[in-house]
Amino acid sequence: MRVELEQIDVRHLAARPGASAALNLDHLSVAAGEQVAIIGPSGAGKTTLLELIAAALKPRFGEVQLDGQNPWRLHGTAQQRLRGHLFLAPQTPPLPPRQRVVTAVLAGALPGMGLLASLRSLFYPRDIPGAYTALEAFDLGEKLFERVDRLSGGERQRVGLARALLTPASLWLIDEPLSSLDPHRAQQALSTLTAAARQSNITLIVTLHQVDAALANFSRIIGLRDGEMAFDLPVAEVTTERLAWLYAQREEALTVDSEPDAPPLPAVAVQCR
Amino acid sequence: MTTATLQIRDPAWPWRLTWIGASLFLLWPLLVTTEFRPWLLFEAQSREPTWRFLAAMLPPTTNADFLWLVLREAWRTVAIATAGIALALLLAVPATLVSVRVLSISALSGRMAPVSFALRQLVRWTLILLRSVPELIWALVFVRVVGLGPTAGVLAIALTYGGMLGKVYGEILESGDAAVTQSLLRNGCSRLQAFSYGLLPQNAAELISYTVYRWECAIRSSVVLGFVGAGGLGQQLDGSMKMFAGGEVSTILLVFVALVGIADFVSSWLRRQLG
Amino acid sequence: MTTKPIAANQPYRMPPPLFDARCRMCWFVLALLSLVVASFVTLELQWAAFFSLEAINNMGRFLGEFFPPDLSTNFLIKLLYASGETLAMSALGTLLAAVAGLALALPASRLHAADAARLRSPTRLLLNALRSIPELVWAALLLISAGLGPFAGTLALACHTSGVLGRLYAEAIENAAPGPAFALRTQGVVGARVFLYATLPQVLPQIVSYTLYRWENNIRAAAVLGVVGAGGLGQLLMYHMSLFHMGKTASVLGAMVLLVVLVDALSYGLRRIMTR
Repeated sequence: MRVELEQIDVRHLAARPGASAALNLDHLSVAAGEQVAIIGPSGAGKTTLLELIAAALKPRFGEVQLDGQNPWRLHGTAQQRLRGHLFLAPQTPPLPPRQRVVTAVLAGALPGMGLLASLRSLFYPRDIPGAYTALEAFDLGEKLFERVDRLSGGERQRVGLARALLTPASLWLIDEPLSSLDPHRAQQALSTLTAAARQSNITLIVTLHQVDAALANFSRIIGLRDGEMAFDLPVAEVTTERLAWLYAQREEALTVDSEPDAPPLPAVAVQCR
Repeated sequence: MTTATLQIRDPAWPWRLTWIGASLFLLWPLLVTTEFRPWLLFEAQSREPTWRFLAAMLPPTTNADFLWLVLREAWRTVAIATAGIALALLLAVPATLVSVRVLSISALSGRMAPVSFALRQLVRWTLILLRSVPELIWALVFVRVVGLGPTAGVLAIALTYGGMLGKVYGEILESGDAAVTQSLLRNGCSRLQAFSYGLLPQNAAELISYTVYRWECAIRSSVVLGFVGAGGLGQQLDGSMKMFAGGEVSTILLVFVALVGIADFVSSWLRRQLG
Repeated sequence: MTTKPIAANQPYRMPPPLFDARCRMCWFVLALLSLVVASFVTLELQWAAFFSLEAINNMGRFLGEFFPPDLSTNFLIKLLYASGETLAMSALGTLLAAVAGLALALPASRLHAADAARLRSPTRLLLNALRSIPELVWAALLLISAGLGPFAGTLALACHTSGVLGRLYAEAIENAAPGPAFALRTQGVVGARVFLYATLPQVLPQIVSYTLYRWENNIRAAAVLGVVGAGGLGQLLMYHMSLFHMGKTASVLGAMVLLVVLVDALSYGLRRIMTR
């Protein structure tokens, strides 16, 4: 799926009127089948950007185009059908605690299932081999019939990623897929995702905190800072100075004194009831 | 990835089938025993009286005399419930104090003395017994003894709700942190002192909140008790229904729903104030 | 600070007043006490009639007629059948109420922050109306359509309890974690499927718990619905009480208590098993 963003301005839902924008982009364009990593310090707006592209967050100004269509101009069934072509994996794996892994993973395929098939799948999962293959790609095959709340944090995160392999989507938006994974599993997960995306020509946009993993696995890096795009470069041109500037600026802001010493209050004591 | 197709069966499926089968198997006698025949509702012989009654219910009777009567009866219903809960508290509070394990002095040093244990169990089972008999039954019995009127209703509510409140107060008091109360007892306080300075401050909000919720339930109960002669809106409703006075019935129902709504509002306001 | 600050006013040593006109709770307690006093005063309760010697004698004689309770085999069989009818009424009524409550809880809850939920207020109003009217009143009303017998009792229990359960279910659904439903909605999954795959698995333990807890309440209600003619133990009780068969009445009362204790225990056990 082709993604194009123009003149985007996004506010937080509960923001005060004079607050700065959560996201303010001039132009962003991702071709079909491209793989992009988005990096940046905490609070830079990475999750907001993914939610914007997933049409989960409406921009105050600007155009979002998915395969040439603006999801906010569509209504009802057309909008739902467009949504079926994308997949958003939030940072916290969206798995109901008492559900079994097989059902949780197969829920990813719901956009392609009719109502009757969805209902039947609740009673007896319709694609157990498919679910097994997806989980095996992340080394979780034997957890097929376990309950989600009996898994560890890292295992739950991998189940959330395995969902992607079963969706009919042509755009994968993955938010912080490595936060609970050790380095070996992290690399395995990223390789699986990038290989699967490349095989089916799926556009892959991933936000990462682990800069070295981003540089090792992706050919295009976007840096975000304070809701604005710091750079959008092929990986070869991302230098250590650029990275230091992207992250360092924020640390400096943390040590600056925000307000001068307030004058001491007059010494008056009042007896209260 | 294996090339052969993996054939795995869902291990939960046989269990699910068994559960579904067992439920359907149990459902059949339920339907038969309760003579559950919903199509009867649509047969001519029940459609006509239903339609007639529904038609008679609109418009609700609104002449001043009747409204005044209904409001007076509504006050009586609230009064029966309030008096009943007040008496229930007189019953429940001492029973709770006796039955709560946290206030046991003999249990401070290990095992509870057998006499205290027996006494506590006795009080507990009495409360459970009081709770198990529906208040309507008590009301029927008391009506035979004291005659028709609100006394029977007040006493019925007092006994049943006394049992309910006593049991739940006991659960609330025992579910908190016992350390405060125990240290007071260890240092020589009497049981009543330990209760007032230890248990009560910790659990006051929850106790009050539950009592107010039960007061709301008591209002509904006193309407039910009116059907056996304990006065209030229930008795009025029974009378109006026996005379097929549909308009009066709908007025009483509307007043009653409004009453419950007000009680609900007061109850949730209080619970919000208690934090 | 080397010197202590000088107070702007002298420290008073009076305790806080018991009744402070600014404190809302003080007014509430006052209102409560006046309500209690007014209740006792306006009701003209016949304490004398209850506590007089004559009344106590009456009571004693009355209670004496309860013993011995009638335990003949014939009657026990009738009792068993009536208990079964009451149990079936309560179970089926609760089951119907759970289904109706779940159906009503969906329009009565705001499923996510951007949900218009236009049906929320009217459905909540309906649920309040259903639950405000006690089961006995429902039974008396439904006798007109359903005739005498346990069918009216079952429907009455179902009507009242669906209001109670519908509201409890709606609150549970609104308090469920939004993450799983959000993820499915971004994929374009709509309505019932989002509920079944994301919300229902989360709230199912609570739903089962509430339903079983209401069953405990409904067995008591079902026992007395017979008083207006809705079958079960209540109808048997009214019949024998009106004919002054006190021995049989005592047996029916005993059966009622046993049934309530049994269902309480069953409900507690099932709740423990299902929410493991």
